[in-house]
Amino acid sequence: MNKGPTSSAAPGSAEPVVHGQGGLSYLNASHGIKSWIFTLDHKRIGVMYLVFVLFAFMMGGTFALLLRLELLTPGRDLVDADTYNKFFTLHGAIMVFLFIIPSIPAALGNFILPIQLGAADVAFPRLNLASLYIYAVGAIFALYAMISGGVDTGWTFYTPYSTSTSTAVVPMVMAAFILGFSSIFTGINFIATIHKLRPAGMTMFRMPLFLWALYATSIIQILATPVLAITLLLLGVERWLGVGIFDPAMGGDPILFQHFFWFYSHPAVYIMILPGMGIISELIAAFSHKTIFGYRAVALSSIALALLGFLVWGHHLFVSGQSEFASTVFSFLTFTVAIPSAIKVFNWLATLYRGSIMLATPMLYALAFLFLFTIGGLTGVFLGALSVNIHLTDTYFVVAHFHYVMMGGTVIAFVGGLHYWWPKMTGRMYPEPIAKVVCAIIFVGFNLTFFTQFIMGAKGMPRRYYSYLPEYQPWHVMSTVGSWIIGLGFLIMLVYLLWSLRRGPIAPANPWGALTLEWQTSSPPPLENFKHTPVVSGGPYDFPDET
Amino acid sequence: MEPSSRTDSLFLPIQGSTHAPDVDSLYYFIHYISVFFFVLIMAMMVYFVVVYRRRPGGPKIRQISHNTPLEVTWSVIPLILVAVIFLWGFRGFMDMHIAPRNAMEVHVTGKKWLWAFEHTSGRKESAELHVPVNTPVRLIMSSDDVIHSFFVPNFRIKQDVVPGRYTTLWFQATQLGEHHVFCTEYCGKDHSVMAAKVVVMTPEEFKTWSDKDPDEGMPLAELGAKMYQKNACVSCHSIDGSAVIGPTFKGLFGRSEQLTGGGTVVVDEQYLRESILEPQAKIVQGYQPVMPTYKGTLTERQLNGVIEYIKTIK
Repeated sequence: MNKGPTSSAAPGSAEPVVHGQGGLSYLNASHGIKSWIFTLDHKRIGVMYLVFVLFAFMMGGTFALLLRLELLTPGRDLVDADTYNKFFTLHGAIMVFLFIIPSIPAALGNFILPIQLGAADVAFPRLNLASLYIYAVGAIFALYAMISGGVDTGWTFYTPYSTSTSTAVVPMVMAAFILGFSSIFTGINFIATIHKLRPAGMTMFRMPLFLWALYATSIIQILATPVLAITLLLLGVERWLGVGIFDPAMGGDPILFQHFFWFYSHPAVYIMILPGMGIISELIAAFSHKTIFGYRAVALSSIALALLGFLVWGHHLFVSGQSEFASTVFSFLTFTVAIPSAIKVFNWLATLYRGSIMLATPMLYALAFLFLFTIGGLTGVFLGALSVNIHLTDTYFVVAHFHYVMMGGTVIAFVGGLHYWWPKMTGRMYPEPIAKVVCAIIFVGFNLTFFTQFIMGAKGMPRRYYSYLPEYQPWHVMSTVGSWIIGLGFLIMLVYLLWSLRRGPIAPANPWGALTLEWQTSSPPPLENFKHTPVVSGGPYDFPDET
Repeated sequence: MEPSSRTDSLFLPIQGSTHAPDVDSLYYFIHYISVFFFVLIMAMMVYFVVVYRRRPGGPKIRQISHNTPLEVTWSVIPLILVAVIFLWGFRGFMDMHIAPRNAMEVHVTGKKWLWAFEHTSGRKESAELHVPVNTPVRLIMSSDDVIHSFFVPNFRIKQDVVPGRYTTLWFQATQLGEHHVFCTEYCGKDHSVMAAKVVVMTPEEFKTWSDKDPDEGMPLAELGAKMYQKNACVSCHSIDGSAVIGPTFKGLFGRSEQLTGGGTVVVDEQYLRESILEPQAKIVQGYQPVMPTYKGTLTERQLNGVIEYIKTIK
């Protein structure tokens, strides 16, 4: 029914340059720890990033499980209030700065982007390695902040709390500051690579949508991250030198910090979600054997989201004391962002129509994404509406909303992409039946954990609460049980992925019959990705009609 | 105005203020639109996956690159809906931010980790705010330390309370009884127990509450000391023996005083009472008759308190 996985008839593909298995791949081209630490190969750097971000995910996830456990009953279950406050701060800071921001771009993107583009590597391989080293230094600072007493400010570091608490704010702020540079370096590299290393025939509008998404993400990383850096530096200056920038006791303005912080952190939401959307476009096209419906609309909506994302930071400040006029403008702009996201969902849906849908694990994650991201997006409409926002903001409704987008969106897409590209990265297949069961476990656990939070949030349960009124307890119990189900799912996934590294079936070059260039080279790819530089003569999803 | 609901709905708490019905209507408007689109999207997704799943003899693939009329439709319909939602939310937001001119004003201070209230009458309370029902109340809020946020779920109102500036909030309570107040801006260790209650009373109950002696139960001498400061007795009568505008209170009780125009009086309870309520009746020699009367200013109990206080200064 479909064309063979490496068919030269597929117009989007390069020349059929599939290598046989057993040849030298990037994994066995050289050996020893030095061959990894000093590698300039984007694939090895991507794999090392993957190991780091998965470790960060486990650490952030452990804090999540601990704080959900503490919330099982209104009173003390496990730790005191100060420790609980550190748990949610570390959960947030680790998940945002060490996991989710680098997860798709720096780990999967580093591995896939040059191959999908048809290039031998990124434009600046040394800068790429430097970005990894900087990430490691940032991670060490974060670890130091944890072992030197932890931080209790929340990941948002709001002043004047963050300038007056006695916890290890400065090391954690330094960590975020340093990690920002790692993110900027990745962004610079991706933009240069996409502009300068496209092979013959690879026009911008022949690029896979994952690359469009990474391109849009890189724009934000370069433009927004320096603002975070200067904000955190000013925070440090206030703490170290007592210069009054944000503290009203010294003549500063605490709301200025919130403007600075969200000027980065709202665009950062798009750093987190855009690459996930890119993966979903790949998955839905590949597993439906369909060209993406409205390819240009999806590609350009990524750029639209990247740019509009800079104009909506004030919707985090509707109750902060900012002027009514500012709040009104930000509410209006926020609703304009809803449209490109809605367009993407409708386009993905239309792509399924008259396709040939294969329900492998990555596709199940893509369908789960559509379910969860749609809820995440629609609940954003509640929060964008000014009068309703006043009631819902700073409650569990917001917590549920951003977990539906960040975890139900980005993490689910990341896991889908991880399974999709696992054969390419490792040369082994993951075990399909158990992977499907785990997808179902995580889906059920996720909804139990977070849907209940919408309800208790709308009923008034504030976020960042160590204890709560007894009337909220049933929802908290369900949410905590859900977190155990999610934890179980990821634990099984960890086991079977590690198992598959040695015992998984050998992966063919193109197990999914996809057309993008990474599937036209061997699994795992050779050192410089292709034997011959590919020549591109069509779009990335030019699957043929069936007659 | 829509009637407010006394019981909580599936998603929202009871409607305790005039803001609540409008906020809830918009909430449920968005809710039903969301449910409609979510069900539509999921139904189509499931239908496509079932009908077009890959299987021998399944439907043939048909590539469709785009369909401009369809794409314009699904861009414009959401645009219209969010425009309606924006305007509705904006209207409600402005209503929340423009307090009626006749609103009763209360000053609110947030500090780690309690809420303190001061009525314009000078009446102070903490962790409880008493207000009359169906009366607009405007809160003028500031923080003593870090940022806090004043949230009354039943009233659908929330506003950050920031050090170094005022923020304001207003509501008109429609339901009698107690309504929870939460702090919703993270402020450290006891953030989650920085709670208070708005106690909504009938106007009659509120008047009784307002008039009630807040110092009930305080020892009389202590009450007197408070009145001595509060009513500015301190500016004319010292307690250290020095003569200011009037005689010192030190050792006053039981002393024998020479009066202007002759005669003496022994300072006892009756003399002190008379001097506070009718200061010109008997003037001690060497002092001017300048003291105002405290008749109507001090309650009977406060008067007793002042006398007991004077007795303690020896």
